[in-house]
Amino acid sequence: MKVNLQDLTFDHKILKAGQKVLIRGTIYTARDAAHDRIVKMLNCGEEIPFKLENSAIYYCGPSPARPGAIIGACGPTTSSRMDIFTPRILKEGVKFLIGKGSRSKVVVDSIRQNSAIYLVATGGVAALLSKTVKKVGLIAFEDLGPEAIYKLEVENMPLIVAIDSVGNTVFKMQPFNV
Amino acid sequence: MRKIKSRTIINTVQNLCADANFELPMDVLKSLEKRVVFERGIARDILEEIIENAFIAKGRRIPLCQDTGTANFFVKLGDSMSIEGENIYYAINKGVSLGYTRNYLRKSIVLDPLERKNTQDNTPANIYIEIVPGDKIEITFLAKGGGSENASSLKMLTPSAGWNGIKEFVLNTLNEKGRNACPPLIVGVGIGGDFSSVGLMSKKALIREIGSENKNIFYSEKEKELLDEINKLDIGPMGICGITTALAVFIETKPVHIASLPASVNIQCHSFRRKTVII
Repeated sequence: MKVNLQDLTFDHKILKAGQKVLIRGTIYTARDAAHDRIVKMLNCGEEIPFKLENSAIYYCGPSPARPGAIIGACGPTTSSRMDIFTPRILKEGVKFLIGKGSRSKVVVDSIRQNSAIYLVATGGVAALLSKTVKKVGLIAFEDLGPEAIYKLEVENMPLIVAIDSVGNTVFKMQPFNV
Repeated sequence: MRKIKSRTIINTVQNLCADANFELPMDVLKSLEKRVVFERGIARDILEEIIENAFIAKGRRIPLCQDTGTANFFVKLGDSMSIEGENIYYAINKGVSLGYTRNYLRKSIVLDPLERKNTQDNTPANIYIEIVPGDKIEITFLAKGGGSENASSLKMLTPSAGWNGIKEFVLNTLNEKGRNACPPLIVGVGIGGDFSSVGLMSKKALIREIGSENKNIFYSEKEKELLDEINKLDIGPMGICGITTALAVFIETKPVHIASLPASVNIQCHSFRRKTVII
């Protein structure tokens, strides 16, 4: 199924765990250090560098782009490291989370409560995924290097629904955080 | 006494960093291709994506994975050769610095574990040197991603635990952490030695070629047994479904104190970036 992330009339609740999707639209990269900063900013009432409501966050720290290339390799990183930040982020209305691997029970519950969706990309296929990125812009935290926030425009990015809006998951057990 | 210029080592390391990050080794690619027919649905699609990715990365000289890893070097230094110029630690680190910056590889090393400021050139590398007879230098590079390294584990077992205790420890580690380490995995197991050597043993085990067996028949049987059991854990490619959780298990052992039975598991993701060069 093709999903346009920017289509606000699209009911993402029809997406079910285990379903394959091709997404298009805007996604924002954020991993460990960026999450830490965002949550601290939220707690201090500061303005976040991009609108969290209805947004899609991609746990990714790309490799540098070669001259003339849009982006370097850009696969997902392990999502569970972001578990500690995720409930706070979801409270702000983030709709799509994209990464790899399973999530804690707290995150599964939070996804269900906020009717969000967790999607996974195949880890370690970063060259293939880089072909789906059509545009890149630096949004914030340049000092974090690969951990800065980038705005990516993607087309036909292949993902799997790993946790759907009612909390069903494709993972058979909840492993410890890795 | 054969002389090798440090400049040669710097250039060799620079190329190793690039080549290993762009080209999946043939044994890994073959092993993945063999597993495709055993999988269906999403598991099969994932294996096919991994194989396609290897061709794209090689063709475009773009990293297989955005996490271009910690730079690990296993060096066999011949005792009948000497290095002219800078010392070997400097030469390898210089090669990493040039290799990672000139080839647009990601710099993933922070100088202080808590302050966490990036060193900007992926140094320092982890360098393990062994002196061997001969006048050559063999350098094996392993780019180790953070996700699979985080899934690794070490346990100080005691002798009564025996093989069953080791097996339980390995399987528990895989079951708890394997899903997030980008399976299909390559699993290095170290048994014996002491607290400091057992971890390195399991990491060094990873540089063996897929299809190779432990020279000791007892341990080669144990490698097969563990691989079988791991592939029954119901993890599969990317931990979603399927039967291909690991491609290989490599066990390495060392003599040990009468009171101890240390064991370690070093987990390697499918993006197994390693390459060896002999100078």
